[in-house]
Amino acid sequence: MSKNASIEPTPQDLGFFSRIAHPGYFLQWSKYWLTPLTIITVVLLAFGTYLAFFNSPADYQQGDTVRIMYVHVPNAWLSQFCYAVMVVASVGSLVWRHPLADVSAKAAAPLGATFTAVALATGALWGAPTWGTFWEWDGRMTSTLVMLFIYLGIIALWRTFEDQARAGRIIAVITLVGAINIPIIKFSVEWWNTLHQPASVFRPDGPTMPMSILLPLFVMFFGFSFLFLLLHFISMRAEILRRRVRALERRNAQRLREQQS
Amino acid sequence: MKAFWAVVLRDIKLATRIGGDALTVVLFYIMVGAIMPFAIGPDKVLLMKLGPAIIWISALLSLLLALDRLFRTDHEDGSLIAMRQAHLPLEMIVLAKLIAHWLTNAAPLIIATPLLAILLNLDASQTIKVIFTLLIGTPALVCFGAIGAAVTVTIKRGGLIAPILILPLSIPTLIFGVSALSTGAIETASSSALLFLAGFTLLALVFTPFATALALKMGAE
Repeated sequence: MSKNASIEPTPQDLGFFSRIAHPGYFLQWSKYWLTPLTIITVVLLAFGTYLAFFNSPADYQQGDTVRIMYVHVPNAWLSQFCYAVMVVASVGSLVWRHPLADVSAKAAAPLGATFTAVALATGALWGAPTWGTFWEWDGRMTSTLVMLFIYLGIIALWRTFEDQARAGRIIAVITLVGAINIPIIKFSVEWWNTLHQPASVFRPDGPTMPMSILLPLFVMFFGFSFLFLLLHFISMRAEILRRRVRALERRNAQRLREQQS
Repeated sequence: MKAFWAVVLRDIKLATRIGGDALTVVLFYIMVGAIMPFAIGPDKVLLMKLGPAIIWISALLSLLLALDRLFRTDHEDGSLIAMRQAHLPLEMIVLAKLIAHWLTNAAPLIIATPLLAILLNLDASQTIKVIFTLLIGTPALVCFGAIGAAVTVTIKRGGLIAPILILPLSIPTLIFGVSALSTGAIETASSSALLFLAGFTLLALVFTPFATALALKMGAE
């Protein structure tokens, strides 16, 4: 029995992309990425927090509460980015039937749900002093809430399947259906009711914020993005190992049964 | 095309025979709508205002309840395997089953709507409008239900998981369906909502058979 106890083909006779995507090989090379990624994430988040608290102005209307933005905006961005990762992974599951694509999609779902929940919670905390309410049925908030429901539905679906390979392909279909629907939901909810301020960072005529606010925002933005990358790597590795443990347990149970009979 | 209509007829027959339960959906629909006034109170003006929304929510819940049997029995008795190997593409079979499902579940519900409208104190013109939006909107609800049913068909205790997946996807249909009913000052908004609703249904009708068939194929391997 090989060291990894896997039934996958060996990495030597594969091309570059197949090789880095091979689950066993992925476990090897991703191991060396964890420490640098952790350092980058910690440094960026610490530097961003410093800038946000001590080196950016308080808003002339909102006062210090405006600093919630430095957590709120990156999380809101990641709540959508995680879904994009899941969509790409789902295409991988359906087209190439790649086990690592399943693992990537499965690992991204709880992360996306968490980022979405944090974006909603910080938004509520920000809304209480500035808009005077924790919750408003405004277009963007509502569509973020619906996004959270979609994430939770997908996580619930992952948990109901016993056969994870089949689960990966089926959930890939519903993820893609969701991808077509999310823009429609966003549009319809915004059409339904809107109060939120329009986008003010990425606009054709340049950002409307001063540099002293933009810089901490970008540092936090990259900090949280690296946090996602790091957590995604860790939970992908955990998922691969979990599957191997399950396979070994199953093989063990089978051997015990053969010995008994 | 002969095989297509044969599938439609088969499903209608199965739903209307003894053992099929097509009319329980209608009963559920009326009951959900009729139970609302007990919670809201017998205020006729308020009921008239909330009536269209209550009718739409009742329809949504009833169709969610019905979606589980779209593929479940076919999966259990093995007909789904036969359908996957038929000459008729699985996408067309799914479309045929969708049509039959709409005719046996959504259509009776729309026919029973005037009864609910009387209970909720809607006037004739509002009733006609509600029926019209339900006619346009329910195919989209059935389509999303089909995707949910196909995704969860291999799960033995999948009763609650499909509605959880479907409800977020049905939000646009609900929004446009109820917005199309708004009367008074924003007449143009309600007509554009109706167009959006129709567009959404058409889009769902085009994409759903492919997504559903794909989910069924992936689940069967």
